[in-house]
Parts: sequence; structure tokens; C-alpha cells
Amino acid sequence: MCTNIAENAYINGWGKGVDGWFNVSQVCVSFDHPTYAPFEHAVNIDFMNIQNGNAKRVAVELDTESAKELIGLLETALAKGKAQKIS
Amino acid sequence: MPYTTDQYEGMIAETITVQSEDGDRIHAYIARPLGPGPFPGVVLINHLPGWDEYYKEATRRFAHHGYIAICPDIYCRVGHGTSDDVAAQARAQGGVTDDQVVADMSGTAGFIRSLPNSNNKVGIIGSCSGGRHTFLVACRTAGVFDAAVDCWGGNVVQDAEKLTPAQPVSPLDYAKDLDCPLLGIFGEEDQSPSPEQVAIHEEQLKLHNKDYEFHVYQGAGHGFFYYDRPPYRQEQAMDGWGKIWEFFGKLLGN
Repeated sequence: MCTNIAENAYINGWGKGVDGWFNVSQVCVSFDHPTYAPFEHAVNIDFMNIQNGNAKRVAVELDTESAKELIGLLETALAKGKAQKIS
Repeated sequence: MPYTTDQYEGMIAETITVQSEDGDRIHAYIARPLGPGPFPGVVLINHLPGWDEYYKEATRRFAHHGYIAICPDIYCRVGHGTSDDVAAQARAQGGVTDDQVVADMSGTAGFIRSLPNSNNKVGIIGSCSGGRHTFLVACRTAGVFDAAVDCWGGNVVQDAEKLTPAQPVSPLDYAKDLDCPLLGIFGEEDQSPSPEQVAIHEEQLKLHNKDYEFHVYQGAGHGFFYYDRPPYRQEQAMDGWGKIWEFFGKLLGN
């Protein structure tokens, strides 16, 4: 932990990993060193299912601008859904 | 001294378990030269991305240079899987506690000294979060380590708002307790630690009359030893490794 920026939430959804689809019960959004992306710091989003100490994970590592764009897309999609009375 | 081409050379590298000072048994990767020794020891503390291939290669590199080298899995209690998945899990949990890391490293140093081919001298090295841990451990374990190398450890100068339940005290607050010589390797373009933070760190070491040497490399940022990452800087990295061999050789050698 270099920045100590790691925000967690319990969620409900499904993600697709190397072994197929699985229920994701937790998301961690950190702003810290990525594992793979070629940036010094990245917005790392880990969708996880942790059972008995073993984590299934779907991970993305984004640069700052991409993360901001993602926020906008999520908000836009939710707003359009709300307008269509989709919940 | 480097091996000559007519010299026998061999090492063994494998996963073992070591006992932490808190009583837990954790996995560790050991690489050691073959032969009766006596050999100096080095404990490596992995960086934020996990107990990964880079750290296992670095462990073998120390063995190649004549050290009994051990890299404990500080995330062993978190769970098991690929190193990046386990590191992500540790991050989501707020990281491992400083107390636990101190216990793990102290226990590992004791394991090295228990080996019949140990020369009874043990150093410690880490990078990134492992650099912070290295300084912290060297301050909190009197008489355990004979030399410490902090490679670009972020959050040694840890502001109050960055303290967490796992990291309740800024390592800098322990500077007065540093109990062995310290080598610091940093990049001038690093954001954490920034050159200003490195200067604050150095100021405290001077204040408490500690034995240290810091090298801040121009044209380098965070993690400039990592040959598989964009921040790699060949010239600075090779010079930095040279400083490490010289420092450990002087303080841990037979």
C-alpha cells in the first residue's frame, strides 16, 4: 500500500473471469500502483468474490482520464435508464 | 566477488515455511548458494504488487552474489492464488499490519541465523511499500539486522491523514530507534517519496546521528529497478545495484 487510497463496497453482480461467470460481492477501487498497466499510478478496479481466503477477481487498471470518463458513462447510462423508468 | 568461469557455482531455490515471531507459520522463498559457507543473509520484503516473480528473481540474484536470501510472503495469511490476485485482496483489506510485518521479518532473520552455514549477519531490503517496511523494521527490531536498504519506500514520511489501522504510526517517528546502517535509493522524479519527503527523512537521520547514505538519482522516478515496467532506468538501476552490493558487502561480508 503506497497511497493507502482503497475504497471498498459490498455489491451484487456478476463478472466473467478465466473460469467463466461468477457472482461479484465486493468492489475495491484504489488509486495506487497498477500491476500491469504502464502508469506509475492507476485507478484500479477489482471486482471480487472472496470465499475461504481465495479471491476470484475481474480487474481493470485505468489512467485518470479513463476513470473520469467511466464515471460519466455510468451516470449517463443510469440517467437514461431512469428516464425510461428502468430500475 | 563475481564468479570466475572455472569456479563451481550452484544454488538451491525453493518455497519453505518460516515461523513469524507472532507464532504463525508463513511461506517464504529461499535462495542460497550451495556449500558450507559461512554466508551472510538478506531478507527481502516484497512490494505492493505482491510476492511476485520480480521478488523471487531478486531473491535468486542475492543468492548468486553469495547471500542466503529469503523473501517471506507477507500476504500469506490473506489467502492464496496468483500473486496479483492476492495482492489485490490484501489491498482491499487495507493491507497487512505493520506489527505483523515486523514479526514476520524478525522471525525470518532468526531462521537465517539458525542455519549452520550462516555467518550470523543479516541485512534487510525492500522497495516501494517494502522500502517503507524495511525502514520500519530496521527501527523496531533492535539487534536483529546488521544493515538495511530502503529502495524508494513511500510513506516513510506518513502524514496523519494517511495513517490507517494497519499503519497507525509514521515510520519517521521511529527514526531515533534505527539500529543499523541504512542505505537509501531514490528517484528524483518520484512522487512518493518525493524529493521533499526524502529530505525530511534525511533530516531526522541527521538529527539522531544515524549511520546512513542516501542516493537520489536524476532522470529516475518510482521503481526504476523494475526491468519489466516503463520506469526502468538502466544506468541508474545498475549504479543502484552497485551501491547495494558495496553496502551489504562491507557490512555483512565474512
